[in-house]
Amino acid sequence: MMKGLKKWRLFSLLAVMTVFLSACGENYISTLKPAGAVGKQQLNLLIFSTSIMALVVVVVSVLYLLAFVKFRRKKQDENYIPKQVEGSHTLEVIWTVIPIILLLILSVPTLVTTYKLGDVAAMEHVDEDGNKTALTVNVTAKLYWWEFEYPEQGIVTAQELVVPTDEKVYFNLKAADVKHSFWIPSIGGKMDTNVENVNKFYLEFDEESQGLKDGVFYGKCAELCGPSHALMDFKVKTLDRDAFDTWVAAMQATEGQTASKDSTDLGEATFAANCLGCHAVSGAGASGAMGPNLTAFGDRNRVAGVLEHSKDSIETWVKNPESIKPGNLMTGAYGKLSDEEVSAVADYIMSLSVED
Amino acid sequence: MSSVAVSNKKGFGAVFWDYLTTVDHKKLGVMYLLAGTLFFAIAGFEALLMRIQLMVPNNDFVSAGLFNQLLTMHGTTMLFLAATPLLFGFMNAVVPLQIGARDVAFPFLNSLGFWLFFLGAVFLHLSFFLGGAPDAGWTSYASLSLYSPGHGIDFYVLGLQISGAGTLISGINFIVTIITMRAPGMTFMRMPLFTWTTLITSALIMFAFPPLTVGLFFMLVDRMFEANFFDHTMGGNTIIWEHLFWIFGHPEVYILVLPAFGLFSEIIPVFARKRLFGYSSMVFATILIGFLGFMVWAHHMFTTGLGPTANAIFAVATMAIAVPTGMKVFNWILTIWGGSIKVTVPMLWALGFIPSFVAGGVTGVMQATAPLDYQLHDSYFIVAHFHYVIVGGIVTAIFGSMHFYWPIMFNRALGEKLGVLTFWTFFIGFHLTFFLQHFLGLMGMPRRVFTYQANQGWDLFNFISSIGAILMAIGVILLVLNILISIKSKPLNCRDYWEDGRSLEWAIKTPVPFYNFKQTPLVRGFDPYWLEKHEGNKEGMTYAEPLSDIHMPNNSILPLIMSIGMFIAAFGALYHPDGVSWSIPVIIIGLGITVASMITRSVKDDLGFHVHVEEVIATEEQLYGKGGNK
Repeated sequence: MMKGLKKWRLFSLLAVMTVFLSACGENYISTLKPAGAVGKQQLNLLIFSTSIMALVVVVVSVLYLLAFVKFRRKKQDENYIPKQVEGSHTLEVIWTVIPIILLLILSVPTLVTTYKLGDVAAMEHVDEDGNKTALTVNVTAKLYWWEFEYPEQGIVTAQELVVPTDEKVYFNLKAADVKHSFWIPSIGGKMDTNVENVNKFYLEFDEESQGLKDGVFYGKCAELCGPSHALMDFKVKTLDRDAFDTWVAAMQATEGQTASKDSTDLGEATFAANCLGCHAVSGAGASGAMGPNLTAFGDRNRVAGVLEHSKDSIETWVKNPESIKPGNLMTGAYGKLSDEEVSAVADYIMSLSVED
Repeated sequence: MSSVAVSNKKGFGAVFWDYLTTVDHKKLGVMYLLAGTLFFAIAGFEALLMRIQLMVPNNDFVSAGLFNQLLTMHGTTMLFLAATPLLFGFMNAVVPLQIGARDVAFPFLNSLGFWLFFLGAVFLHLSFFLGGAPDAGWTSYASLSLYSPGHGIDFYVLGLQISGAGTLISGINFIVTIITMRAPGMTFMRMPLFTWTTLITSALIMFAFPPLTVGLFFMLVDRMFEANFFDHTMGGNTIIWEHLFWIFGHPEVYILVLPAFGLFSEIIPVFARKRLFGYSSMVFATILIGFLGFMVWAHHMFTTGLGPTANAIFAVATMAIAVPTGMKVFNWILTIWGGSIKVTVPMLWALGFIPSFVAGGVTGVMQATAPLDYQLHDSYFIVAHFHYVIVGGIVTAIFGSMHFYWPIMFNRALGEKLGVLTFWTFFIGFHLTFFLQHFLGLMGMPRRVFTYQANQGWDLFNFISSIGAILMAIGVILLVLNILISIKSKPLNCRDYWEDGRSLEWAIKTPVPFYNFKQTPLVRGFDPYWLEKHEGNKEGMTYAEPLSDIHMPNNSILPLIMSIGMFIAAFGALYHPDGVSWSIPVIIIGLGITVASMITRSVKDDLGFHVHVEEVIATEEQLYGKGGNK
């Protein structure tokens, strides 16, 4: 009976905490509303460790408040000298052993999950034809933008990661200039992009992003990387496997696509003369570009990671990138453009799309 | 040099000169306290500017570049130039008295330590006026700090190198003092806990600062002479900086928090009127925390990609620290259990400390859970965590101890009413600021962001957090006001101001004469003054020696000159990469001044002076009236 009651108590405590925690934050960015297996395991660890720690806090607080209320000096006790106790071995043993037990309990799921999340062996698995079975994305973090290369598919995009749902997606993480950190809070914990080595980890995306407020999950840079660290956002679009394959095919189909200086379209011509050196408009290729690949720009959610996705924003950005993202590497990298040219370029960029 | 001069009122110039040249641990304690308060105020102001910027989304109160300078200087200043000197202030003022010594073992070095710290700190702050402060965070991770333009990072490297040398010198000094200069009968296991934590902290300084020095030196030559320790394109490695920094940086947390634990272990027994519970386990826990503190640095690097095995080992090692820390908390609670608690201002801070610090401790264990830390790392959760530890653990100790030790340090008391008001304003402001930041982190907000977009679910909590910061600022202003009022208040001229003092420092009458105890006291047990008091000893202590001549060190201006030499040389080093012609001569002149003072110090015999018995009696009568320190 008592045992059942205790279990029930623990369960209700967990339930209350779950409600309390899940009522926090927006589902496209909060770690408390995970949309992936990795994030869910981490949330479980959060709830589990919080429960143990809440227990500690409650015990300490009760003892402390009791001691304070019971033993506060009263007027008539002005001259009372309490018994000078040296200590107690029994008590010392109790409050050494119990925390050790609690920590041992906590360390078991910690160790198990650490190894589980660190396991990227499947990245190298190949099927009979020698093709890799798992999807791998090479992430390169650059000063204030993100490049995503899909090496097996031979495509590359930027700023908006597109991934299939319900399978493990593996990531190779690297920084091109200074250290950054790759974080999609509602999908799972972060990993740093170092300058000298490739870090590997995996994430799972369980939910299609279509239903979300902006239709995407939010990604962040989590390591201070310069003045515009706060603005180094990216977005994540999750599609079911079929839609993802369609997207990959559409990207592959852009092979060879380019802008022509001789185009009659002022936007395309201006783009070719001033922008094409850094920004590719073909999604087929590898990472290593100077600027974000713009092949799928029209399908994206933001301009420069943070501005509203509109022609106006592009104009604002192109006219003075420094005013939006201080310290970016685009400022001054192209010729002086007239208002008319800027407007035409904006139209051109907005027209770049691989989705219907 | 005669000491009868004590009796005469000195002019401003003489007092100023006295402070520039002093080697007296009490005066250096005051100087550390003043300098620490100054930098605490500056860093607090920086924090306030940052919170105003983050009050609403997309704010443009400060620019992105300036914000990064503010966050870097806030962290660097608070840890190196505010918390450290404030705690050194108490160590200087209290530890020699607690062990019944005349001064520290190396009074000259004590002064040198202060001036190096102070001039290093001033050098670092000059960056604001000379082209911009460092902006790569207090951790100054190598890839970003090498990329950072301007001289900000050079200021960081050189300033910390100089002030770090000061800290290292002071640490060594305290180790020697505590080991060799204890009064007769003061065995190790009779030492007050603050002396114990000072000893362990000093040992930590000795082992933790060298890795920092090495790291800073690597960065210095990388930036000055284009060495390639951290430049990965030339075969360098930035992860080495992370390791070096955190091998220093994690123990640094304990360097700060252990003395805070020690201070509370002094305050709580006095106002509970009860012996510290489990003294020997407290000592053991202190040593254990100090030891384990060196075993856990990589938990700052769980997301760096060290691999699951490294993460697993460091996760478990980190959790282990919770055990000795928990022992301490329970011992404090059991000290007040069965006691007779008087809620004075110092005790109020101690009572506020326990729950705040426990909250900071448990979130620490949560972050030790490596896979969970992948989510929490570099988010606002960690910001909340370390502020709970540092403000909840260390700042509370400093503020509480200011009230507690003010009578000994200044022969004045800080006001109780204003103190209570300060406590509540600051305490409420603190929780308001940082409690919600846990949730901001969980809701996906990264740390060190100069702004955030609206509608990510963060707006309200950030606003409340900023309101809390304003309350904290008001609290600090009230404290400063209290200090200013105390200057005008009447001198106390009493012994054992709190009436329940237990350790040696309370046995001495204030103002404390420059030679401390006129005769070295005999320590007959733990809590020696309490022991004597309750055996009816009206004289304060039993003495171990007859009244005789006292040997004291001479004042010296050399420590200041040595430090100024370093300060000058640092400017040469700073501008060397610009290719200016005067940089090398300035380095040579600066180092020349330092070396010349060192030679002077070595060649010139300085044997100190003796205070003769008659002078001691005269001083005592002048300070306390006829009968002297009885």
